Amino acid sequence: MGNVPDILELRDLRVLLGGQRRLLRKPVPPVRAVGGVSFSVRQGEILGLVGESGCGKTTLGRAVLGLQRESGGEIRLDGKLVSGLPPKRARVVRNDIHYVHQDAAAALDPWWSIGRTLEEGLRIHGIRSADERRARVDEMLAAVGLDGSARPRYPHEFSGGQLRRVALARILVLKPRFLILDEPTSGLDMSVQATVLNLLLELRRRLGLTYLFISHDLSVVERLCDRVAIMYLGRIVELAPTGEIFASPRHPYTRALLSAVPRLAPGPNRAERLVQGEPPSAARLPEGCVFSSRCAYAQTACSTTEPTLEDVAFGHQVACRRWRELRPDAWAA
Amino acid sequence: MSDPILEIRGLRLTIRTDEGMAKVLDHIDFALERGRILGIVGESGCGKSTIIRAIIGILPPGAKIEAGVVRFDGEDLLGLSEGELNRRIRGSRIGFIPQDPYLALNPVFKVGTQMLEIMRWHAPDEGGNRSDRLRRHRTRIVELLRRVQLPDPEAALERYPHQFSGGQRQRLVIAAALASSPSLVIADEPTTALDVTTQQQILDLLRDLVEEFGLSMLFVTHDLGVVAQLCDDLCVIYAGQLVESGRTAAILDGPRHPYTRALLACHPDRAVAFTGIPGTVPSPLRAGPGCRFAPRCGDASPVCVVRRPHLTGDHAGRKVDCVLYELPESVG
Repeated sequence: MGNVPDILELRDLRVLLGGQRRLLRKPVPPVRAVGGVSFSVRQGEILGLVGESGCGKTTLGRAVLGLQRESGGEIRLDGKLVSGLPPKRARVVRNDIHYVHQDAAAALDPWWSIGRTLEEGLRIHGIRSADERRARVDEMLAAVGLDGSARPRYPHEFSGGQLRRVALARILVLKPRFLILDEPTSGLDMSVQATVLNLLLELRRRLGLTYLFISHDLSVVERLCDRVAIMYLGRIVELAPTGEIFASPRHPYTRALLSAVPRLAPGPNRAERLVQGEPPSAARLPEGCVFSSRCAYAQTACSTTEPTLEDVAFGHQVACRRWRELRPDAWAA
Repeated sequence: MSDPILEIRGLRLTIRTDEGMAKVLDHIDFALERGRILGIVGESGCGKSTIIRAIIGILPPGAKIEAGVVRFDGEDLLGLSEGELNRRIRGSRIGFIPQDPYLALNPVFKVGTQMLEIMRWHAPDEGGNRSDRLRRHRTRIVELLRRVQLPDPEAALERYPHQFSGGQRQRLVIAAALASSPSLVIADEPTTALDVTTQQQILDLLRDLVEEFGLSMLFVTHDLGVVAQLCDDLCVIYAGQLVESGRTAAILDGPRHPYTRALLACHPDRAVAFTGIPGTVPSPLRAGPGCRFAPRCGDASPVCVVRRPHLTGDHAGRKVDCVLYELPESVG
């Protein structure tokens, strides 16, 4: 594991959104959507990025892509610094990274045939020969389990699961190495979701892809990802290999999130309810630890000092002041 | 055995379309016992929502109920007029919790105004003049909002729907569904749009309310995990046909119908490999007399396409609509 190179490295990445100076009035402060995130993604792995809506996971994905300008911190791709650049330049140097949209139907033009949509990307990327474009489109349609007969058809002729395949093919013709998958199975039926996940695993194997898998569905993340980062209000609160994080979560938020997953094993376990209320607005973040306002284990010090990610085991990091006291066996108490 | 609050027998529904008759529901059969939560599970387009619409009598254009009985509290709902349904049933004795609370609330009226409107139409008449009633209704609403754990219920009445978060809005519509003291509540995927921690809080709340108010609940969802956490009983629907019903725990522990088995095998908690179910759902336009899962079923035999099995139930109310489970003596 140690000698696999990092494909992507984030160091203290910050993204501020909005904010406005107003004439003769109090300025609107910007919202801290991503507040100091550091992690790296190894070549060929699937890193799950998990959090509830509004936690900043999509903004983080957009910043990595270069669609959203970072306000601070570093992004390295293959060890090369790619942050701090003007937006257009940033997108060009991050050309190995591509984004698969959450809503496949919205990512495709309803008036364009699938073939035209898929070829457009190649045309933009400077492939002049029509034969080559067509060959690459056919190759990728076959890779996602469709075939050339899909080319003259239009998005409305496809089912939800097929549209995900088309959207994947659209990105894959550009030969990316790193894919940001934003909720790739949301809105799909279980039987279709399974086939899409299977396809993602197969494509990674065949094309040597690396995924940043953004999701809120922990059951899927548990099955698919190699490592998982848990995000809460713009911060990574815990990061660990999948098996470890599900077996022994250290952060109270991770613990609460995992226990809230509706599992197939029946019988609600009320003793496990560890979190009350709903996340505060990102515009009014609590002082200190962002989770302190909802945490069952919070102490006064938690709401004054902000914890940093600390190593608790090999490859397992957690941002909680009390992780030493709150050992997995102490949770029951 | 017992006297169920809601009983549906042999419900068949067709919708006339440009391309012909779509057989949307084919012989739906289930009963919701008093004080229990019955989950209806199926994938999109299987007819879950149409079942709800048939119960409350709000059918899509071109739809016709061909056969069947919908009995609520001993009364046949299909025989009631539109006016009677509005006066006595919808929103009064049957409460409804929608999937999207934001669409269910009017964005330009204050929450309090909308809740009082519900009470004005549907609350039982307890006499008194207009201001007495208004005061009584207001007290009841505040009480309900407090019960559904909405922070600061008095102030909430003066706010507009957009000022609440998704979870709070769901609490609002739950309170609205309970305002007229219904005996049956129908919930259509009420937690689908919510985050897991909020979903868990809402599920806890629903379970408590069912016990506290002596409700019965019909809970429609596509999420088997939610069913496992909430529902006492379960009906699995595939392409408009009821494939399996019984106690939730029994079905999840030992699914019998090939579709239920395949569906559970797709759940990330159970999946050995992500294989999915091969094939696609058949169009209701070309539905034959047999089992609609037969073309995708690994255990199908020629008889499956020709006829439906003779339904048999065991002692625990378990029904499996598959020829594999026909009792030998019932084969005619």
